[in-house]
Amino acid sequence: MRSRRLSMHQRFYLVEVLVGLGVTAAHFFANLARHTARYVFGRRDVHGAVTIQYPEERRPYSPRLRSLHRLVRREDGSPRCVACMMCETVCPAHCIYIVAAEHPNPDVEKYPARFDIDLGKCVFCGYCVEACPEDAIRMDTGILEFSSYSRAGMIYTKEILLALEPAGPDGVPRSPVPIPADRHP
Amino acid sequence: MSAVLTELGIAFGRVAFVMFFVLNMGGLLTWVERKQSAIMQDRIGANRASIFGLRLWGLFHPLADAIKMLTKEDFLPARADRVLFTLAPFVSVFFALAAFATIPFGDVLRIGDREIPLQAVTLNVGVLYVFAMLSLGVYGVMMAGWASANNYALLGGQRAAALMISAEVAIGASIMGVIMVYGSLNMQEIVRGQGWLLLGWIPAWGIVLQPVAFVLFLTAGIAATKRIPFDLPEGESEIIGYFVEYSGMKFGMFMMADFVETVVIAGMATALFLGGWQVPYLVADGIHFPWGTVIPLSHLAVVLLQVGAFVLKVSVMCWFLMLIRWTLPRFRYDQAMRLGWLGLFPLSILNLVATGLVLVALRG
Repeated sequence: MRSRRLSMHQRFYLVEVLVGLGVTAAHFFANLARHTARYVFGRRDVHGAVTIQYPEERRPYSPRLRSLHRLVRREDGSPRCVACMMCETVCPAHCIYIVAAEHPNPDVEKYPARFDIDLGKCVFCGYCVEACPEDAIRMDTGILEFSSYSRAGMIYTKEILLALEPAGPDGVPRSPVPIPADRHP
Repeated sequence: MSAVLTELGIAFGRVAFVMFFVLNMGGLLTWVERKQSAIMQDRIGANRASIFGLRLWGLFHPLADAIKMLTKEDFLPARADRVLFTLAPFVSVFFALAAFATIPFGDVLRIGDREIPLQAVTLNVGVLYVFAMLSLGVYGVMMAGWASANNYALLGGQRAAALMISAEVAIGASIMGVIMVYGSLNMQEIVRGQGWLLLGWIPAWGIVLQPVAFVLFLTAGIAATKRIPFDLPEGESEIIGYFVEYSGMKFGMFMMADFVETVVIAGMATALFLGGWQVPYLVADGIHFPWGTVIPLSHLAVVLLQVGAFVLKVSVMCWFLMLIRWTLPRFRYDQAMRLGWLGLFPLSILNLVATGLVLVALRG
């Protein structure tokens, strides 16, 4: 590849340096004025930065975002899951573990006695949601913060997954962030 | 007896002011570097450290840094030279701090019949002294590289020393033009010489009389402080430099030496090229504007204005050095060396020759 020939003043370097310094200095003074307006004169509508102050300010997420899983309930409150093992089978990371049991209701064949998801392994591909014939598992909680200090703390049980709520229309989670057992608050 | 004590007190006060000024500027520069870079890049920057919920735009971050560095593990490599390894950061910081001693921060303060020169040390060869102190900083770098018992650190130290020497030769050569114009090696005399007016209204600052030398000095000065665009000895994460084995406060001292050197370069640029403590049209008894207006001022007000002007000029220079640091990309090693030996040095000599010819032509 041939490099582009530089013009004389570009090869001299100093002129281009001054031009570059002008660009950054212009940013500096423009943003300084905006920051002053915001923090000294209390103009909340003026932003001096494009960054978001994360724990306090949150970016709105896309509604298509795949976030922490939840298990959906029926009208009567029982889990919609029929323990058909579709999600466990389709899961490429083998992170879902289901123990099926007989359901007392003759209309329902089975129910999950255990339904664990190991989020330490989960790749958030969404295949489990696609595979489920009962629409029993969804990834719409809007929760993205579920770190833990141990592998055991990343395993979410049926009870935790059933307790989660879908995110609001603005993408903000409505269920409290689940705290794994070993996390120190 | 009391006369001796007074002398000691005055000497102590002069040194204390300079130390207070330089160390605080150096400490503040860590904050300025974070915030200024953030504002230049449309970010917010450090603002998390707080005391009782008070954040003050991240002003507590230097404090948090100090606590962190003092409590971190003080690591010493197994085969390192214990004495030299410990001494190296001290050498770096010491010479950086000592360099500021002859830079005048004001004219003469008169209390009663006593005249106190506002300068930590009055030295006839002040410029050479600053130059010597800056050059001796190379030893700290070399010692750190050698004593680490790490070949990468050794190579990093050599690289840093080569760069610093190539830059300091250019600093020396570019300052010579200023010395020729003002005819003195005494920093105070050079600053006084910048109080003259050209054509009755242009202050005869070094930047007006020696613009080429100013650019050369600034470039070489940045290289001597080992900061971007000449930070090839460092680059903590991407280039293995001479302080790769250092941790905690010893590493902090190398960083501090850099910031203090930045203040020293800013101070030198101020004293030699930006008129030092001179305020345009301000003389001993007040401000004399070229169109004839006179604002009389008391002696103390004049001195305070001068010291204030010096502090302001140094701050602006520090800001400008930071602006350069956050604008330009890093030089490659061979490019930096070529710039030092084949660019800055010959240009300084040319500037010297041109200055000499002009001086001969003007003075006959």
